[in-house]
Amino acid sequence: MIRAELTKLLRNRRTWGTIAIINALPTLVAVLLAITDLGPRPGTGPAFLAAVLTDGTLFPLAALAMVLPLFLPIAVALTAGEAIAGEAQQGTLRYLLVRPVGRTRLLVAKLVAVMAFVVVTVLVVAVVAYVVGVALLGDQTVTVTGPTTSVSGTPMSTPELVGRTALAFGYAMLCMLGVAAVALFLSTLARTPLGAAMGAMTLLVASTLLLTLDAAQALHPYLLTRHWLAFVDLFRDPIRWDDVVRGVLVQGAYVVVFLGAAWASFTTKDITD
Amino acid sequence: MSSSASVIRTDGLTKKFGRVTAVDAVGLDVREGDVYGFLGANGSGKTTTVRMLLGLVLATSGSIEVLGEPMPASGRDVLTRVGALVEGPAAYPHLSGRANLALLDSAGPDGPRRTRDRRIEESLERVGLAQVDRRPVRAYSLGMRQRLGLAGALLRRPRLLVLDEPTNGLDPQGINEIRRLLLELNREGTTVFLSSHLLGEIEQLCTRVGVLDGGRLVLQDEMDALRGPTGRTEVRTPDPARAREVLASITDVDVEPADDGLLVRGLDPADLNDRLVSAGVRVSGLAPERRRLEDVVLAATTSGTDRFGREGERP
Repeated sequence: MIRAELTKLLRNRRTWGTIAIINALPTLVAVLLAITDLGPRPGTGPAFLAAVLTDGTLFPLAALAMVLPLFLPIAVALTAGEAIAGEAQQGTLRYLLVRPVGRTRLLVAKLVAVMAFVVVTVLVVAVVAYVVGVALLGDQTVTVTGPTTSVSGTPMSTPELVGRTALAFGYAMLCMLGVAAVALFLSTLARTPLGAAMGAMTLLVASTLLLTLDAAQALHPYLLTRHWLAFVDLFRDPIRWDDVVRGVLVQGAYVVVFLGAAWASFTTKDITD
Repeated sequence: MSSSASVIRTDGLTKKFGRVTAVDAVGLDVREGDVYGFLGANGSGKTTTVRMLLGLVLATSGSIEVLGEPMPASGRDVLTRVGALVEGPAAYPHLSGRANLALLDSAGPDGPRRTRDRRIEESLERVGLAQVDRRPVRAYSLGMRQRLGLAGALLRRPRLLVLDEPTNGLDPQGINEIRRLLLELNREGTTVFLSSHLLGEIEQLCTRVGVLDGGRLVLQDEMDALRGPTGRTEVRTPDPARAREVLASITDVDVEPADDGLLVRGLDPADLNDRLVSAGVRVSGLAPERRRLEDVVLAATTSGTDRFGREGERP
């Protein structure tokens, strides 16, 4: 079933269209930076963006920081929101279930497919950003193996940088799993895929808005998007773990609660579409 | 027939959506080798019943056995031997028909990849899509989609076919082809459960009939029994007035006018013929009247009267 879901995902033109759109923003930013040479001053603007002017190889991280708050979660909400509701609307859900595919199995396969989509998207973003970064912004340390500086300003060796980058991408993946869990749950409830995706996006927007509101201070630690950019802390020297750990716990809680709810809702649902 | 194994058996099957009872204590009995016609108007609970048989809708109460095993508990095992077409076909529009069948086959158990291509070609051949090209299903006509849906149902040579309105969207020739295909499959040993609101379709195909009305099974019997003789004799004659005069003199004989003759109760056909002919009445045709399925169904589904066919209903 998982293989079938992955085939479906990879053979869908929309998957690749979405990935292309997600890549458009960092590429545009790189082009603008290269043309104008006007980066944000160090310490301001999006994470890593100041650094990329001197080192294009850091651009994948800057690109991740750009797509993580908005583009990627919207794409995940759309993909996961469609998982069950889309099959239901198309009428293919009933044929999958009488094939038979167990409901729990189908839910797991859908989640795996959504995460595969995230992995593919993030990898494409990283590769494209690396190529674009090196080509347009240059590798000013001359050798790729040369020392890079951490966000704290101290030098960082390449193996260390690779390790921390892997951690950062893993963390981003967990954040997207949280969004996927919420959207998948809504997808088992909604009649249309758009309804499910809109529901998940509403939660994202609400969470982002509440984070700017001081009156909602008490809620902040529990909001879905609160710790998403904590991956930047992985590039400090020494690494600041506290926000990252809190982020992992919050995302984990969202994943467990909403996947549990999705399972409970889907396995007891009357399929009448 | 009555000794053959039960393929679908439900007992007190009930489904409530909120306060609405969609299906009310239905006791289906479909036996091995049947072509079972499941008749009912739109909204009578047909589709809900079919969905409960397949484990899509969960029953409020009552039990279901399909191929001798409880549903939906044994669904994973049972459904591999069931082919289904529920409320119209469905496919991924951006993929070709073959790709859709392959995807569906690979999604569940008991669809060996070794034989997949062969099974797909066989199924497409059977439903008349053997020559179909690589165009996506999006570009299929309604009839082609219907055929593709049927091909999907046949992919694993099921023992039981559950088909909901299988001839929807087909032209008369297509309907005829599908009808022949279903009879052929039935001869090869497949039990067919055919849900439809088209009386004609059921009458031509089915060996047993169940009629659903307002969520209740108001009738369930062998087709031959339902279309049994009424006890009256149809007489076709160019001299109906003369015939009435002759018959009026006989006691206990009931005569009614009909389209091109009379309907006579109280005399067996041979006796009747003898009396008319010896009295000089010309007779062009004479046969025992049989019930039409339509009349039986209408009688069973007219509410407010004592319903015909109570005995076919199980508690």
